[in-house]
Amino acid sequence: MSGEIAQAFAKAKARGEGVLVAYAMAGDPDLARSVDVFAALVEGGADIVEIGVAFSDPIADGPVIQAASERALKAGSTLKRVLEEVVPEVRKRCPQTPLVIMTYVNVIMAMGEERFAKLARERGVSGAILPDLPPEESAGLRATFDAAGVDLIPLCAPTTPKARAEAIARDARGFVYCVSVSGVTGMRAELPADLSQRLDVVRKASPVPVVAGFGISTTEQARTLSAHADGVVVGSALVRAANADGPSAAKALCADIKRGLKR
Amino acid sequence: MTTETTVGRFGRYGGRYVPETLVPALLELEEAYAKASADSSFGEEVARVLKEFVGRPTVLTPARRLTEAWGGAHVWLKREDLAHTGAHKINNTVGQVLLAKRMGKKRIIAETGAGQHGVATATACALFGLPCEVYMGALDVERQSLNVFRMRALGAVVKPVESGSRTLKDAMNEAMRTWVSQVSDTHYVIGSAAGPHPYPTVVRDFQSVIGKELRTQAQAAFGKLPDAIIACVGGGSNAIGVLHPFIGDKDVRLVGVEAAGHGLESGQHGASLTLGTEGVLHGSRSLVLQDEHGQIQEAHSISAGLDYPGVGPELAHLAKTGRMEVRTATDDEALAAFYEVARTEGILPALETSHAFARGRELARDLGKGKYLVINCSGRGDKDVATISARGVPPPVGVKS
Ligand SMILES: Cc1ncc(COP(=O)(O)O)c(C=O)c1O
Repeated sequence: MSGEIAQAFAKAKARGEGVLVAYAMAGDPDLARSVDVFAALVEGGADIVEIGVAFSDPIADGPVIQAASERALKAGSTLKRVLEEVVPEVRKRCPQTPLVIMTYVNVIMAMGEERFAKLARERGVSGAILPDLPPEESAGLRATFDAAGVDLIPLCAPTTPKARAEAIARDARGFVYCVSVSGVTGMRAELPADLSQRLDVVRKASPVPVVAGFGISTTEQARTLSAHADGVVVGSALVRAANADGPSAAKALCADIKRGLKR
Repeated sequence: MTTETTVGRFGRYGGRYVPETLVPALLELEEAYAKASADSSFGEEVARVLKEFVGRPTVLTPARRLTEAWGGAHVWLKREDLAHTGAHKINNTVGQVLLAKRMGKKRIIAETGAGQHGVATATACALFGLPCEVYMGALDVERQSLNVFRMRALGAVVKPVESGSRTLKDAMNEAMRTWVSQVSDTHYVIGSAAGPHPYPTVVRDFQSVIGKELRTQAQAAFGKLPDAIIACVGGGSNAIGVLHPFIGDKDVRLVGVEAAGHGLESGQHGASLTLGTEGVLHGSRSLVLQDEHGQIQEAHSISAGLDYPGVGPELAHLAKTGRMEVRTATDDEALAAFYEVARTEGILPALETSHAFARGRELARDLGKGKYLVINCSGRGDKDVATISARGVPPPVGVKS
């Protein structure tokens, strides 16, 4: 376990707050300027930063993050460059905030699983989220990541049966990422009615914190969910804000969400 | 005989690399398929529809003039182009849509490249009364307009996909995204022997009817198994369908032909078995065309059905272990083969199929006289007339100028 993730949750809890996991795409609009976006997320109150690494075929992503991936790839983003040019800069500007890489499994395989784990850890990455790597395929990678001290954070879906969700939670590293909706990433006006109940089930079984993600973009949603989860993930809404109005807009949105997470 | 080493794995390849949301649906499909396979009434129903509706068994045709022209082995053609809708794709869609009905699914979605799988899915949906939505790259919508019309005529919704290279790969991405959001009542009919487990197994089993028929027909026609069988390879469904029943017959050479597009050295091709590296695309670990950073590259082929940067995991395994020989054919070679087959055998093969024919002469000569070569004629070329005729038509045969 990396330790930093657990610490971030503990600190937020001590302040009586839910954790904000804030996502942006490395390399959008280019590598250097995406560092400003990540720093802005932390200034706005993000407790954990998720660094998206673009993949050509993002099957778990909706239109906003798809478009961001295309911009990042055009700007020359690769996993190697993100680890060399983005992560160390964000680390420098936000030394207290755990960084988590979010990408697809093929990008990790191309670099080499061990090489990635080692390099990521050296550069100060605490964990990784791979939306196309379900539990059936993750044992080998998890062992490699464990050895390097990188948390492989699992996902749980609305379609995941109770017993399977509990098993996922028991084996989790870092935190459990509960996907709020059956669908791809992107803002939703309404979240499913049974989400709070599902979060309660996973939280009961989980030795690590549980967060809800996919579709979340407002203070109100964050407030409702903070009663049932240890935090929320916000992605598409931040990517859209940063793309349309720059880092300050993403910072302002983080602050809005964070207000909803204060108890 | 099977190459499946453990469930859903073919050597290093296969598996189930999909968002967690889809895993329960894949488990449900796996279980439903196992139950259906064990239930003889399901197999009988599929066989009945294949006979009464699809027109199976498709015939095995002696290609006498090609045999003579090539001057080597006897050439025979397994005529999937004569199956209803004009390609092998219907074998799989009839099976999968019947399975979806058994599972109580209310809607069908599919991806398509050349449109043959889309048409075959729309056809099965019309036959069994289910609504159907087909995702198709916007570029393919343009170059396969005949099939777009056929799908619409059959009552399906065609959804053009504008992302990425606007071809089959992107259509498959979009179909998966849609499935993630409607997974409880929707079955996704994958059109090739690719995708996450259990699809490569399910599609291979439904397509194996081709090779099983061929075994019997070859015995009846020339008293033994073929010496070699050749098939084109896109995602790999017609190839695995015709080749799989022969994997255990060590004396039968199995040959797959991939798209070399503008040439292997041009970087514009669809030769994932020949030049691909190990990776994960569309839910399985296989050979894919990708750069050193793991970004999937755009494929190129004159035939939309071979314009795909991946390949099914079982074919990747058969190629890597050497059981299947892999060849390639360029766009120009496929076009030349199209006219050669048209003018010597009276058959307009699909451009995909033309790739298999393009390597026929060499293989026939390599085998030599007295041997038997079967070419899997995976589909007919009507859908490709716009693409082909745009390049001009060669002069008629036997007309004095
Ligand atoms: C006639 C025909 N042959 C071959 C293919 C390639 O697919 P596969 O490799 O799955 O057989 C297609 C795909 O559209 C096709 O229409």
